[in-house]
Amino acid sequence: MIAVLRKLLNIRGFNNATSSIVAILAGLLFGFIVLLISNPSQAADGFVIILKGGFSTGAKGMGQVMYFATPLILTGLSVGFAFKTGLFNIGASGQFIMGAFAAVYIGVKWTFIPAPFHWMVALLAATLVGALWALIPGLLKAYLNVHEVISTIMMNYIGMYLANYLVKTTVYDSKKALSMSVAESAVLPKAGLDKIFYNTMGSSGAVDVSTVNCGFYIAIVMAIIIYIVLNKTTFGYELKACGFNRDASKYAGINEKRSIVLSMVIAGALAGLGGGLLYLSGASGRHIKPVDVLAPEGFNGIPVALLGLSNPIGIIFSAIFISYITLGGNYLQTLDFVPEIIDIIIACIIYFSAFALIFRNILPALLKWRLSVAEKKRSQSSDSDEEGLATETEEGKE
Amino acid sequence: MNILYLVVQQTMFFSIPLLIVALGGVFTERGGVTNIALDGMMIMGAFTSIFFINRMGGVMSGQPLLLLAILIAVATGMIFSLLHAYASVNMKADQIISGTALNMFAPAFAIYVARMIQENSVQQITFSNTFRIASVPILGDIPILGGLFFRNAYITTYIGLLILVVSTIVLYKTRFGLRLRACGEHPHAADSVGINVYKMRYAGVIISGGLAGLGGLVFVVPTSTQFNATVSGYGFLALAVMIFGQWKPIRVLFAAFFFGLMKTIASAYSVIPFLSTSQIPSDVYKMIPFIATLIVLAFSSKSSQAPRAVAVPYDKGSR
Repeated sequence: MIAVLRKLLNIRGFNNATSSIVAILAGLLFGFIVLLISNPSQAADGFVIILKGGFSTGAKGMGQVMYFATPLILTGLSVGFAFKTGLFNIGASGQFIMGAFAAVYIGVKWTFIPAPFHWMVALLAATLVGALWALIPGLLKAYLNVHEVISTIMMNYIGMYLANYLVKTTVYDSKKALSMSVAESAVLPKAGLDKIFYNTMGSSGAVDVSTVNCGFYIAIVMAIIIYIVLNKTTFGYELKACGFNRDASKYAGINEKRSIVLSMVIAGALAGLGGGLLYLSGASGRHIKPVDVLAPEGFNGIPVALLGLSNPIGIIFSAIFISYITLGGNYLQTLDFVPEIIDIIIACIIYFSAFALIFRNILPALLKWRLSVAEKKRSQSSDSDEEGLATETEEGKE
Repeated sequence: MNILYLVVQQTMFFSIPLLIVALGGVFTERGGVTNIALDGMMIMGAFTSIFFINRMGGVMSGQPLLLLAILIAVATGMIFSLLHAYASVNMKADQIISGTALNMFAPAFAIYVARMIQENSVQQITFSNTFRIASVPILGDIPILGGLFFRNAYITTYIGLLILVVSTIVLYKTRFGLRLRACGEHPHAADSVGINVYKMRYAGVIISGGLAGLGGLVFVVPTSTQFNATVSGYGFLALAVMIFGQWKPIRVLFAAFFFGLMKTIASAYSVIPFLSTSQIPSDVYKMIPFIATLIVLAFSSKSSQAPRAVAVPYDKGSR
């Protein structure tokens, strides 16, 4: 038992994952307490609904989890990529919504593009616009020393108002107060996912298909690409080096200004692509709602990146998790609870992730210390085997 | 002339909360802790105090009610800021992440509680505004000046200016201020002469929380009759005001007036003659304060005089 624990403690991934799991558990616990205070009689049922998350509505629900996880993977990658290169991109919201508008605009208006390329062009435009929206804070940071946290927050608000204005003047469906649905040719192909994630309704055999589409695959491919860029290429190494120490990398011959700008641009491109992937999804999918609220997908990229420890592969899982409990929150309304409970839980998870350093360094160290104490005890009491065994099982339980 | 009065009065309504919150930012950053949760603290302060006004509106009204609400806003901000102080001082956490968490928590919490408590689970908290002072006795009768600064005013405006004076004195003329600034510039040196850096940083964050909470209330009361779990990104604008003001109270005042004027143009353009006739849509006006912030930051950040140890967790053992 001790040997297994010891081995686990020496794997870095395990230690890292522990910190995320502790943060998630702490957040869920806090959420439960809030439910308990606000309505004790239904708190337990409500909590079960949150935990059941997307599973509450069968296969379609699981598909919806993947559909809403898609943009989160991208914004998570955006924030995580910036983290790895020493930047804090709070601006994923603005980049996301600007990318979304570009995609929707092309999806609605540019119907002259032949069918198989229409959605590709729209996605490309979303990526480019997202990149452009991050280029400004990147340039300001590299050349004028403007802190990216402030400038990206400003770009969030500018992006939100601009996107609202553009939606209202170009692709507005005033009856629904939403953006128009994109043309058929601009909807992302289902790529077989509609054959898996659907619910049968009643006995007539009618099917209720989930909105999930090939965007989910694209998101995963992007995660893998980012993983390779960061870990296996000189380019990624340079960007990371700049994040660790701007001056040192400058003296090592890296063009640090170019690196900062490129890091921001790539982060923005990812968030913008996320916007495109979410909104190019036909009539049953999401539409842009021009109200004065910052896109939550952008902000949720932050917990996704933190929980995934900025590791692109970890981000895929944490995005699915956040999407899963968010959907659970929507089902909470059946019990007269308010879905904002999920935002409270997510906020708590971020708060506790900020302590990650403590979890990651001190917790394993504490465990290791306990183990070594146990081992010492055992070697001291080697004359009586029984006692040693007793300690072992005791420590093993912990 | 009436338009001028209106613009000045509006500018006051927008500038004073910025001033108060940015001063809060000065205290926390001068102590070495960055606090991007100012926005969340504003929301929490506004939430509890507006809720208090909503519930007590039938019993009391006017200035006593507002003063009580102010106390509640300050207390809420202070308590909420303890979370940030604990994370950034005791846990040595990343202060931006902790701040982001609080920024996400505050609106979610305000909406959640409002919808759970109020009838029909509405998230807006309405209140009747009984706090406007039509004309300050004597001072309101001064020609021009009276019209500009002492009519259609709120007591919060004068409280804000008072806070500015007190902040300047505290920061530059007291032992506490000197110690606080030392902790933001060189905490190890401060520690070596017996200053408790942790305590000082806690003090800075708590002051900022109190002021931000107050700022939330001061922002909502004159400009609206309901609170909808948002302060329109004002906490972030206040951070920009603080940077533009180079972490110095008097400069912060001018920066706050500049942004207040921008915001006034954004919200009152329809009554300003030459702007109302132009066909510019309202969304564009709403962008103005944020675009102005970016431009101003671009010009003022190069020679930034930020406290040197800001956002760096203080660890006694490190060197």
